[in-house]
Amino acid sequence: MNPANEHLYEMLRQVSGYIYPNEVEFHWSILIVVYPYLTGLVAGAFILASLVKVFKVKQLQPVYRLSMLTALSFMIIAPLPLQMHLGHWERSYEIFLTPNFTSAMAMFGFVYAWYLMVVLLLEIWFTYRRDLIRWTDTDKPVMRFVHRALALFSKDTSEEGEKFDMKAVKFITIIGIPSAFLLHGYVGFIFGSIKANPWWSSVLIPIVFLFSAIVSGIAMVMLLYMVVTPLRGQKIEMVCVDKMASFLFVAVVIDFSLEMLDFIHRLYESEESIKILSDLVMNKLFISLGIVQVLLGMIVPLALILFIKLFRVDEELRKLFYFLGAILIQIGIFATRWNVVMGGQMFSKSFRGLTVYKMDITGIEGLLMTLILLLMPFAILWVLIKVLPPWDASPSPSLH
Amino acid sequence: MERRRFFGKGFTLLAQYGLISSVFKRASAEPKDYDASKHYYGMGIQVNKCIGCGKCMEACKEENGVSKEPFYFRTWVERYSIKKDGEVIVQSIDPRIDTLGNTVSEKDVMRSFFVPKLCNQCDHPPCVQVCPVGATFKTDDGVILVDSERCIGCRYCIQACPYGARYLNPETSTADKCTFCYHRITKGMLPACVEVCPTQARIFGDTRSTASPLTRFKRMFKLHVLKPSLNTDPKVQYADLDGEVR
Repeated sequence: MNPANEHLYEMLRQVSGYIYPNEVEFHWSILIVVYPYLTGLVAGAFILASLVKVFKVKQLQPVYRLSMLTALSFMIIAPLPLQMHLGHWERSYEIFLTPNFTSAMAMFGFVYAWYLMVVLLLEIWFTYRRDLIRWTDTDKPVMRFVHRALALFSKDTSEEGEKFDMKAVKFITIIGIPSAFLLHGYVGFIFGSIKANPWWSSVLIPIVFLFSAIVSGIAMVMLLYMVVTPLRGQKIEMVCVDKMASFLFVAVVIDFSLEMLDFIHRLYESEESIKILSDLVMNKLFISLGIVQVLLGMIVPLALILFIKLFRVDEELRKLFYFLGAILIQIGIFATRWNVVMGGQMFSKSFRGLTVYKMDITGIEGLLMTLILLLMPFAILWVLIKVLPPWDASPSPSLH
Repeated sequence: MERRRFFGKGFTLLAQYGLISSVFKRASAEPKDYDASKHYYGMGIQVNKCIGCGKCMEACKEENGVSKEPFYFRTWVERYSIKKDGEVIVQSIDPRIDTLGNTVSEKDVMRSFFVPKLCNQCDHPPCVQVCPVGATFKTDDGVILVDSERCIGCRYCIQACPYGARYLNPETSTADKCTFCYHRITKGMLPACVEVCPTQARIFGDTRSTASPLTRFKRMFKLHVLKPSLNTDPKVQYADLDGEVR
């Protein structure tokens, strides 16, 4: 026995029923769970920001810039887990040089580049340009240079220039909404288009991914706003948080309905795979799906927000419920990604057996690396907030 | 050199290198005097003839340098035992990965048989469709190959294969699978598994030929393929295939 394969022998001992011999090795690890989780947060945070600019939801103005910076922070880290998972990461540039246009995965580079370069960076630049110039008046030398460079040495503070910025932001946001849908819908399509795998193969998967992305993005910005604002010694604007909670409620209801539809549809059709999928849910995913994803990640947060809507609840309790709800939603959405990625690999394509996933603690695909990847966006956000304070905005003519 | 020209030239060189090296790699898969467009390969498997000796598995590993560990197979054999109460027990004939052992009593078995499995060399291969860099491709003679110099090891093809025929080669960290022994068939030889099969349960040949063992096989038997509903159009066809086989 080759010691390098010891983990495979260990997994083999936990196989139940029959699986194809090549299925003993678990191919997509926790890093592939992190990837859709991060991109979901990007899409969700951006869609929250677009509510301000396109749909003129003024109550959300305090979190507009924070949402954009959150989206950018997560976007920067999103491709890392994919890159680290590759057998040959040094060849990943081949996706750009010789893309296979029939492959959903090959489109990743292009969708990512479009979203990062065209949508996020441009919108952030136009949003911040005037402030970057303004800040240089009071900046210390190093920061002055950083702000000047970030403004691309623009010095135009005219009324016309500002109007152009506003128009550009609105235009980019309008392009950005379908782009955000494309980004995460596409991630769902990577799984949903695999006809070999009945757990993934569903036309609803991209839509479920999309709505769960919106849910996770809104909840994340809500959490960040509720943590960062008191840290700055400022008062949380409850009108803003209440509004976010309302959108969150609607998004969770849609997400929950879609997932239930998918579940009932599968059960009602009872195709060839139904038996093994039932075994999968009952034996391997009961806690992560039934308890964490559905009960803690959806039903409890819905109940908390509903309680606030139905009864007159004082501000402090509202904050506590929102905070608790948003944290539970994050855990629930991570469990959603886990259940999709891992669930799809825990049963054999022979439909006759189940296998297990054993996570390492250390190593490139281990728990520690996962935690680092999940924390890195927050470190980036911290730097971005220092360089581009989201709350020090010039009065905007369109909103005042 | 001007900066723009430097970058322009660099990019052109990079693109040329990519193009030339890829053409070179593809061309080297076949001997010079071999015309792939004149062939279209397939395999027939007569389930009733398989005795589960496992010679095909051994020969394949030997011929293709596949890891001897029991987690990497280009071909394998499954033993089906269908019990009187209808329960289906499937086991690998390799005792190292058979988790059930001798738990099935002969008295309870209604019928049993062996089924050799391998890459189905699909005519509509999902693996080729999903490969992001085109490292998995279909040759003119219908065989699905993996260019290990280009594969990035994303494993999307492994997920997309409905038959579990692919694995990640532990030595190269690239996707790997049965090639119908492409290095042999392009020289007019048989795949190793076909050559060593003592009962001739595997029949290899050109699907377009009018007089080949494969054509005779297709004329003689009623044939079936694995998972036909997925529309992958396999070129590995089975005679005497039981409905329980997936």
